[in-house]
Amino acid sequence: MERYPVPLVSRALLLPHENVDTDQITPARFLRGTSQDGLADALFHDWRKDPGFVLNQPGAREAQVLVAGDNFGCGSSREHAPWALVAWGFRAIVSTSFADIFRNNSLKNGLLPVVVPPETHRALFARVGAAPETELTIDLDALTLSAPGVAPVGFSVDPFARHCLLEGVDELGYLVGFDARITAFEAAQARTHGESV
Amino acid sequence: MTDGPRTLFDKVWDAHVVAHEPGSPAVLYVDLHLVHEVTSAPAFATLNARGLVVRRPERTAATMDHITPTSPDSALDDVARDTLSTLEKNCAEHGVRLFAMGDARRGIVHVIGPELGLSQPGMTIVCGDSHTSTHGAVGALAFGIGTSEVGHVLATQCLLQRRPEPMEIRVDGQLPAGVTAKDIILRVVAELGIGGGTGAVFEYRGAAIEALDMEGRMTLCNMSIEAGARAGMVAPDETTFAWLRGRDFAPSGAAWDRAVARWRELRTDDGATFARRLVIDAATLEPMITWGTNPGMGIGITEAIPNPDDAPDASTRAALQKALDYMHLEAGAPLLGQPVDVVFVGSCTNSRLSDLRAAAAVLDGRQVAPAVRMLVVPGSERIKAAAEAEGLHHIIVAAGAEWHEPGCSLCIAMNGDTVAAGKVAVSTSNRNFEGRQGPGSRTFLASPATAAACAVTGRVTDPRTLSR
Ligand code: SF4
Repeated sequence: MERYPVPLVSRALLLPHENVDTDQITPARFLRGTSQDGLADALFHDWRKDPGFVLNQPGAREAQVLVAGDNFGCGSSREHAPWALVAWGFRAIVSTSFADIFRNNSLKNGLLPVVVPPETHRALFARVGAAPETELTIDLDALTLSAPGVAPVGFSVDPFARHCLLEGVDELGYLVGFDARITAFEAAQARTHGESV
Repeated sequence: MTDGPRTLFDKVWDAHVVAHEPGSPAVLYVDLHLVHEVTSAPAFATLNARGLVVRRPERTAATMDHITPTSPDSALDDVARDTLSTLEKNCAEHGVRLFAMGDARRGIVHVIGPELGLSQPGMTIVCGDSHTSTHGAVGALAFGIGTSEVGHVLATQCLLQRRPEPMEIRVDGQLPAGVTAKDIILRVVAELGIGGGTGAVFEYRGAAIEALDMEGRMTLCNMSIEAGARAGMVAPDETTFAWLRGRDFAPSGAAWDRAVARWRELRTDDGATFARRLVIDAATLEPMITWGTNPGMGIGITEAIPNPDDAPDASTRAALQKALDYMHLEAGAPLLGQPVDVVFVGSCTNSRLSDLRAAAAVLDGRQVAPAVRMLVVPGSERIKAAAEAEGLHHIIVAAGAEWHEPGCSLCIAMNGDTVAAGKVAVSTSNRNFEGRQGPGSRTFLASPATAAACAVTGRVTDPRTLSR
């Protein structure tokens, strides 16, 4: 995995809906097949039929940040949701909260979920709504988000996930390093369960 | 490790922590890893690319359910065929047990796990599927993971996890007649909202929960994720043990006795604390149904559709209005009497034998309304065989409903079964998101009895009003 950009500076798209579920992000019929190709086309596929939808705006493909409503990513565990967002070009989603599995999946794919307080969320909507060219600065090292006309705000990210993103290391490598302890755990569990190992 | 009195969740979690380095998530051991065709291929590819093998193939089991055809006219296309053969190849290469097409034990992953006795009390169980929470009904800690994590578990039998917090969902008292586990969970999700359980593992407790049979407990735990919770659990008891005994992969002989002795410890200690709590009086429940575009938009079936004007804030108002527009419903109107086009009885929420019996009991001696298409899709080959052995399929077919092969079918509509744009389905599945059952489809979630009642009248109907 490549290192996460520090800072990420980009314009943002606004998605003013709460509880955006994974069926909207990547409708199930695009989960067929065994590869991740073409997922940018699947992203918000059904909502994109509306010409006014934010992804259909000129220059939308350049935005690396999506600002969305509360509880973003609820629904299924499909990793296709962050894959599609990343395939489009997004590197951060800003909201007031995220669904658990979506947040976990995003962090594993170089997509940063940034939780901001409601005041900041409102300010971002007002500012970017009025001036779509506004650039947000998201600093994963300093854990700050700022934008012209919006009071800078800190955010938190699981320290381990942050480390992995900043260093470009992946969790599988970390887990494989526990091999001896996993083996010891398995032996101890077998003893407790009265099984032969 | 938690000191002092512990909850059921704490006990299962603590028993599975392999390592916990400061500042890092815990390395949590996984006892059972369930795999299906849609979320596993890239995970196996990662393993192969890194020269890794499946660490404990005997703790891994795979099935085919999401894209499998349930009737001759939802036959496999090339993409589906490729997906299934990829799973077959991956399982063969890595020595993973696969319940493939034609296997008498195949079925929806969350149906066959408990049915085959693979899912047992005190286990940690994961699957690349959010409704893994279902298996919590046997007293396991079971939750959904993403495809990257499927790769982690295949390679190391472990996951990196931050400890969620236990939340008590207590349902006191006795359920009124005509009210089922599905109605309980729709009420829980309506009360909490679809983000209300984020970060939590639910433990369902109280007299009404203890009185539920295992299949009802599965329905309940299944939809924990619909309130945002990672998992839902019910403490194992005599009902659990009696149900598990003799199942294909359950322990037997002396191992059974040892296991039951261990499982009896899996109860929340007196004095253990929950981070949060929701208490419901069972007597206040009635059959529930959703009217909107997320599972939290549920009402008692006799209640009116909510009015956005009554919402506490602008964003809720906007969300309710958006849902009403999508569903073509009028604020403040009753949902009872709304016309219905399709009725689906199935999914890992409600496709077990008791669900099929409940639907058949309503259909018996009645006819599905002429304008309605009703599909009944059993959750597994075993359930299909058991239902046929007691003649349920005859009742279902005689009523004019369709009797299908097992699979996810209309729950996720990726196997060819779909609801057409603009059509209204009453569905026993778990999600009513926009387009979930096909682009432009509209979904009301309800119990099997309610769904069957809607099928015979062609309208949203309170099952308690169909007299015998
Ligand atoms: S029945 Fe529906 S919810 Fe259950 S596993 Fe299949 S697609 Fe997922």
